[in-house]
Amino acid sequence: MSVPEKIKYLIIGNSAGGIGAAEAIREVDKKGTINVISDEPYPAYSRPLISDYLAGDYTVEKMLYRPVDFYEKNSIKTILGDKVIQLDTEKHTVKLESIKPLTYQKLLLATGGSPIIPRIEGNGLQGVFTFNKLDDARSIDEFLNRYTKKIRAVVIGGGLIGASVTEALLKREVKVTIVEMKDRILNTILDEETSAMEAEALVECGVEIITDHTAVSINSYFPGEVSGISLDDGRSIPCDMVVIAVGVQPRLDFIKNSGIKVNRGVIVDRQMQTSVADVYACGDVAEAFDFIYRENRLTPIWPNAYAGGRTAGRNMAGIPDKYPGGTAMNAVKYFGVKIVSAGLVVPPDESYETLREVHDHIYRKIILRDGKLAGMVFAGDIEKSGIVYNLMKDGTDVSSFKEAIISDDFGLTSLPDDIRQAKLATPPDKYISVVTSIEEPEEIVVEE
Amino acid sequence: MVCGNRLPHYFLQEGSMKRVYVNEDVCMGCHLCEIYCQLKHAKSKDLIKAFKKESPRPLPRLRVEEKGVLSLSSRCQHCDDAPCVQACLTGTLTRDPVSRLVTADSERCIGCGTCMLVCPLGALRMDTEHKKMVKCDLCQDEEIPVCVANCPNEALLYMEVPNGNDKLEKKELTQTQ
Ligand SMILES: Cc1cc2nc3c(=O)[nH]c(=O)nc-3n(C[C@H](O)[C@H](O)[C@H](O)COP(=O)(O)OP(=O)(O)OC[C@H]3O[C@@H](n4cnc5c(N)ncnc54)[C@H](O)[C@@H]3O)c2cc1C
Repeated sequence: MSVPEKIKYLIIGNSAGGIGAAEAIREVDKKGTINVISDEPYPAYSRPLISDYLAGDYTVEKMLYRPVDFYEKNSIKTILGDKVIQLDTEKHTVKLESIKPLTYQKLLLATGGSPIIPRIEGNGLQGVFTFNKLDDARSIDEFLNRYTKKIRAVVIGGGLIGASVTEALLKREVKVTIVEMKDRILNTILDEETSAMEAEALVECGVEIITDHTAVSINSYFPGEVSGISLDDGRSIPCDMVVIAVGVQPRLDFIKNSGIKVNRGVIVDRQMQTSVADVYACGDVAEAFDFIYRENRLTPIWPNAYAGGRTAGRNMAGIPDKYPGGTAMNAVKYFGVKIVSAGLVVPPDESYETLREVHDHIYRKIILRDGKLAGMVFAGDIEKSGIVYNLMKDGTDVSSFKEAIISDDFGLTSLPDDIRQAKLATPPDKYISVVTSIEEPEEIVVEE
Repeated sequence: MVCGNRLPHYFLQEGSMKRVYVNEDVCMGCHLCEIYCQLKHAKSKDLIKAFKKESPRPLPRLRVEEKGVLSLSSRCQHCDDAPCVQACLTGTLTRDPVSRLVTADSERCIGCGTCMLVCPLGALRMDTEHKKMVKCDLCQDEEIPVCVANCPNEALLYMEVPNGNDKLEKKELTQTQ
């Protein structure tokens, strides 16, 4: 038997994390073989856009994360629509459902997350959906197209995904009820004030929000079809379809039994390497460094998947690199309400200081820990939120100008000179003189 | 240097790039950079028409800030390892491998604001009318960006991006002149 050729870089997961890694690898290694595997049969697409797809605003083509010729141009081989079922880290092989096993030199686990399905009666009925991938959006679309009557939907879970699907369903003229277990929607990414803003906007659009309750069963009157749900207080809500959006968990299918160290997600070091040599992980499946909690955590958001993928890719290609760390961070715009948040949204105890500015449609809140930013929530005007986020990320002591951060005219000019000038890379005097006279280039001093 | 202190490893491989630098010591906050930027991105190429007739008023791709005697104008610095490119959910933002500019394909933009949340300069603007982000493109069809060309005080400098590599950097600077 011939020994199969070793793939230099094997990437499982063709989404934010996988693409981040592939792009980083190609920047430093133009030739090494890259194979990307996904059980989804599509080129990488923007997962958050499945909502816009369902709403009818976006086509698959417009959702693609990279141009159609991306794989070809970067000599990346794709294996799409096939599933990895087993990993042998000692032999460096992965087994797939339909094709022959593959052998790798470096492996990246960018398998993302899968929806959590609560064990309630009726969760297998027709008309019960999850909302995590393009095919989910397609199934819901097909379902809706079958009816001419007004459809009623219950969305179980009022988080990011619940809100996303609700927005799309409203655009499809579906009547939506959200059932949220906690006391407010979007409770992990927003604080009380901003989640109230979103709730108000939703209610204005005709959405019914039920908080502090859970669904205990999905009911059926005609065999196989959804007729409604029952809540924990005995109430029942009639509906034609249900979307389960109670959360996402790391997709560990074949990873669990591979010997790789797993907590809630795959544990990685700052190089994004797992406990096993030559195996890296990033994105929703990984527990990577969170610079606010200063420990490894799941931060299942797109930008962190991509950034972690880049770090993994560089290290896989032999260029030592350190993951700068990520934290929970979101920009939402449901129903026209623009909100960004990052880090903590609610101070965990009294030792944190909270500053707030509220007027008209503007809301700014920062949470400080020992003079440094530990969290932020901005609504209304978000253009300059990045300055604040980066102060937080850099661990800058902001105590001398903390009040300015939440003021209306906050900007680069509010920052201490040294911080501002470093950000703007204001050319030093010598540099400026170089512009007009370059006789002595040796004297150039460049800020590093 | 700019935006984090990692060496831009792949930076000069595919052509060098220029950046607009701010010399805040000589900026008086006259807003001419902003006005010409707006004009550049207006439908009408006539200053009066662009400002008096166009609705909505064209958006500047830069921002002038003033505080006491301090004033400056800021815009996208086309950072190495640009955080906005990494954070973009849809593939709107990419780095052009040849020009090395951070470019936006507005067709793809959903105006989510994730890029704004990560931009260290707060340099990206929201076009609320079209619900899309807009940003500086360094006036690709001009030799010098209009903000720089129209700055009466040389408070804006358009010059090569210095590189961590000394030799390259000096060579580049010489070439620029
Ligand atoms: C509706 C919705 C809205 C969202 N909105 C936002 C938002 O506004 N902002 C934000 O930051 N994030 C948002 N997210 C989250 C974001 O999409 C994820 O954080 C991101 O997609 C994670 O990327 P990833 O590469 O880690 O994994 P994923 O995108 O989950 O991709 C993993 C891929 O690996 C494949 N795979 C897994 N296991 C196997 C296997 N065994 N064999 C073969 N292939 C496999 C999967 O099929 C999938 O294609 C949203 C998500 C959803 C669903």
